[in-house]
Amino acid sequence: MVQLSGKKIFNGIAIGKIKFYARTENKVTREKIEDTAAEFARYEAARDTAIEQLNELYEKAVATVGEDNAEIFNVHAMMLEDDDYNDSIQNIINTQGVNAEYAVAVTGDNFADMFANMDDDYFKARSADVKDISERVVRVLTGAEDNNEIGDEPVIIVADDLAPSETVQMDKSKLLSFVTQQGSANSHTAILARTMGIPALIGVEIDASWNGKIGIVDGYEGKFIVDPEMEILQGYFKKKEADDEQKKLLLELKGKENVTKSGQKINLYANIGSPNDLGSVLENDAGGIGLFRSEFLYLESSTYPTEEEQFAAYKKVVETMGGRKVIIRTLDIGADKQVDYFDLDKEENPALGFRAIRICLTRPEIFRTQLRALYRASAYGNLAIMYPMIISLEEVQEIKAISKSVREELKAEGIAIGDNVEEGIMIETPAAVIIADELAKEVDFFSVGTNDLTQYTLAIDRQNAKLDRFYNAHHPAILKMLKMIADSAHKAGIWAGICGELGADTELTQYFLEIGMDELSVSPGCILPVRKLVREAE
Amino acid sequence: MKSFEYTVTDPVGIHARPAGLLAKEAKKYPDTITITKGEKSAGAAKLMALMGLGVKQGETVTVTIEGESEDATYEAIKAFFEANL
Repeated sequence: MVQLSGKKIFNGIAIGKIKFYARTENKVTREKIEDTAAEFARYEAARDTAIEQLNELYEKAVATVGEDNAEIFNVHAMMLEDDDYNDSIQNIINTQGVNAEYAVAVTGDNFADMFANMDDDYFKARSADVKDISERVVRVLTGAEDNNEIGDEPVIIVADDLAPSETVQMDKSKLLSFVTQQGSANSHTAILARTMGIPALIGVEIDASWNGKIGIVDGYEGKFIVDPEMEILQGYFKKKEADDEQKKLLLELKGKENVTKSGQKINLYANIGSPNDLGSVLENDAGGIGLFRSEFLYLESSTYPTEEEQFAAYKKVVETMGGRKVIIRTLDIGADKQVDYFDLDKEENPALGFRAIRICLTRPEIFRTQLRALYRASAYGNLAIMYPMIISLEEVQEIKAISKSVREELKAEGIAIGDNVEEGIMIETPAAVIIADELAKEVDFFSVGTNDLTQYTLAIDRQNAKLDRFYNAHHPAILKMLKMIADSAHKAGIWAGICGELGADTELTQYFLEIGMDELSVSPGCILPVRKLVREAE
Repeated sequence: MKSFEYTVTDPVGIHARPAGLLAKEAKKYPDTITITKGEKSAGAAKLMALMGLGVKQGETVTVTIEGESEDATYEAIKAFFEANL
């Protein structure tokens, strides 16, 4: 068994036979030619044939991968008509008195180098296009055949690199995945994999001896396993089954409303930990982001992230989500998420210690920097701010005074901020539940952090396996608290949701609907299964 | 000779597709159309050279039109840039 890693292009699992795709090299030799005019005419005829082929490919590609992806073949045809390209070939044939194949190959290499040396990834990737068209002309000139027969069995294509003209001619029903050594995330092969919705990896060190062996492509983890052990193979069959099920759900439920049979609606949002998760948020059709943990900015940095760094990250997320709501939770460091440069003292009991909003209110300079970045980003979309670990009314009032002064400061500096940026709190302490009616008058929404709320209410540390028999995620105390929270919110005219793990617990979806929760924020992959239950509920 | 400056708004810049469209468009006119970015220039009818400029979103290029019908071509090319790039 061999396990390699690569850059993932598209999520998914593929299991199947490996087909090692080796391109037959068109060996071009340099030969002396007497009649250069006739040789150039021979080139022109071959070029015209190549253009005809490309036009046919275009038609074929429109039917299989759509007009946008097919457009590349029109561009290829135009590249062959390019004056500079043709002048170069004519010039080499005339001045050196050499054969057309050689002139095309040299010209192709020169132009490919020009693109390969550009500093932008997109233009770099165009180098493959120039090589592709030049090889096509050489093939026509030498009468060589295209070799992209896949065979009858579905396969994982493993290749050094794949040209767009090669991938488009492959029988799509036989393609399980692409694994290539070269190529970029902008290459046409990558775009094609995304369009076809098949897992693909690039940057994998390939080996021709794998041909015919069983391979597993894990597009989630960026892993490629050749010749897997039985146990691993079985594990992946299960994973693939779950993945297929999820994809089926996706197709059926994408774009559908989260509404019960009797017309009750609930918002299904996604929890994310960094802007890298946005792809799966959109893929799983989240209505918004219910919890964006801002900690990644602090955890990935070796010093306090600047206002600009934070602003850029928040702006990216709200912009990507279009007008959809993005709830960003302020710093929740401390306890289990230690960061060196915060220089926090070691604590006996970090879960009950100096963390989250307690740090923010003790060191307002850190808090203000984050709030400035958040309010600046609010001008670019639908942003809401959420404060964690609240236990008292005074805390909320103090926070609101700070956020108000930040807004005024930004306005005085002439910096745009969003209108009516919602401010809400996490309900994750029993204290906050008991005074929820008072807190509700001060904020725009509640979001229940069920992980901490359960741990604080049951006095059980989730990390301690010995306590498993005492732990009950559906403890009646928790369920009653959820109802109290929803009732207090609604009485004050604000909305309530859940952003803890319990929100994705499909055994409770019915209960959440009954108590009138307005929103559930779950990990992206859980949105559609929950949507399914909501739509089945009365 | 007439010219105008244009800031590219297409997210990928003057990439293959719009460069192809531009080259095709430029061939319709008898005038010489040149695109300049910094010290590099390319004929608008030349696809590879255009892509070789590597123009990205937000970058400004100078478009120069020279020839007998430059006034009419100027208007048409300007409209083309605004619609496609």
